[in-house]
Amino acid sequence: MKKLTLPLTQEEIESLHAGDSVLLSGVILTARDCAHKRIFEYLDEGKPLPFPLEGATIYYAGPCPAKPGMASGSCGPTTSARMDSFAPRLLDLGLNGMIGKGEMCEEVRLSLKRNKKAYFAAIGGAGALYGKSIQKSECIAFPDLLSEAVHRLEIVDFPAVVAIDCYGKSVY
Amino acid sequence: MRIIDTSFIEETVYKMALHAGVHLTDSCKSALQTAKESESSPAAAFALDSVLQNAKTAEENEMPVCQDTGLSVVLLEIGQEVFLEGKLLTDAVNDGVRRAYADGYFRKSVCDPLTRKNTADNTPANLHTEIVAGDKIHVTFLPKGFGSENMSKLYMLTPAKGVQGIIDSIVETVKTAGSRPCPPVYVGVGIGGSFDSSAFLAKKALTREIGTHHERDDVRAIEEEALKRINALKIGAQGFHGDTTALGVACEIAPTHIAGLPVAVNIQCHCVRCEKEVI
Repeated sequence: MKKLTLPLTQEEIESLHAGDSVLLSGVILTARDCAHKRIFEYLDEGKPLPFPLEGATIYYAGPCPAKPGMASGSCGPTTSARMDSFAPRLLDLGLNGMIGKGEMCEEVRLSLKRNKKAYFAAIGGAGALYGKSIQKSECIAFPDLLSEAVHRLEIVDFPAVVAIDCYGKSVY
Repeated sequence: MRIIDTSFIEETVYKMALHAGVHLTDSCKSALQTAKESESSPAAAFALDSVLQNAKTAEENEMPVCQDTGLSVVLLEIGQEVFLEGKLLTDAVNDGVRRAYADGYFRKSVCDPLTRKNTADNTPANLHTEIVAGDKIHVTFLPKGFGSENMSKLYMLTPAKGVQGIIDSIVETVKTAGSRPCPPVYVGVGIGGSFDSSAFLAKKALTREIGTHHERDDVRAIEEEALKRINALKIGAQGFHGDTTALGVACEIAPTHIAGLPVAVNIQCHCVRCEKEVI
């Protein structure tokens, strides 16, 4: 399995092909339905986002609260297809990639190809395993959204599969 | 007549919810193990191995097996000889859920459908009650994740569609869902009744252990034929084109109107969590 550290360089992204298994380490930002809606409100109003989008990797997830002594609660991926309408615009604004579960629509595939970025699938329903791969978690935006807030996660050896590569090839 | 204080129901729901969030059912674990052993796709086998490892990690660390600790579906089959005393039954159930989701460090996933504002304690539970014979209460607790719930469908077929139409509807639902609901899925089907009761039957079917069959041969035949056709779709674990797309199909039936044939298909992901207790 290929070990990679986020943010990925363009060269690293281009070395990945749909179906490759990888272990990701580094920083990712959680965002799911409500956070995306909020991000779009900021963008539409021309307000600066509370965190930089450029170069970031978004993880479609909403974690459980952490137990005392743990960095994070369970934190597996949520269904990416619900973010189909959001992903292309964020990729055009410099998002470096996404992690979620399940297929995404044709428009997302074309956007990944155009922007030369990759979409990774984590194993859905493996929340405890992913929770344990998180070393640090911090809410960095929209705390009122509770589990749907944006969390900055530091991950180590987070297993994923390249689901759609930067050439537009998909495992689905 | 047997008097039961609703605080006892609250305590039972509390314990069941805490246990359910962390543990897969035994029949789910064994179905996943069987699927892994026979899987020919390396990617799907990796996914199945990960979910089995995850089940172990969750139990060892007492953390939720999936971060989607679900909408709390509670079914109470109340014996008609039972007299309930104490706080309102609905409040007792919600209090049990509220305490469990706080104490278990479970995600609170319930919100207003329009404002999307989270209720912050996972209530209200989706409570169903049925009056049955006897002086006991059968409690079922099913934390229902929504990645799979979202992929469920309801068909109002014409009677002419018959058994073939029912099987086609089940297979179509799973096919359309594709990789989104965390396959391999468990498929609950409600056949007959009305628009609303068929959906409830489908949910109730999901509370059956995986691998069990309906007692009626013609219903069992639908379960078996639908499962065969679903697994021929080769969607596989996580949509990685494996051999097992569904762990099982469970059908429940009820008499319907001469003009109709409702078929509700409720999808459950591979994290089957379901607790049963008798009070």
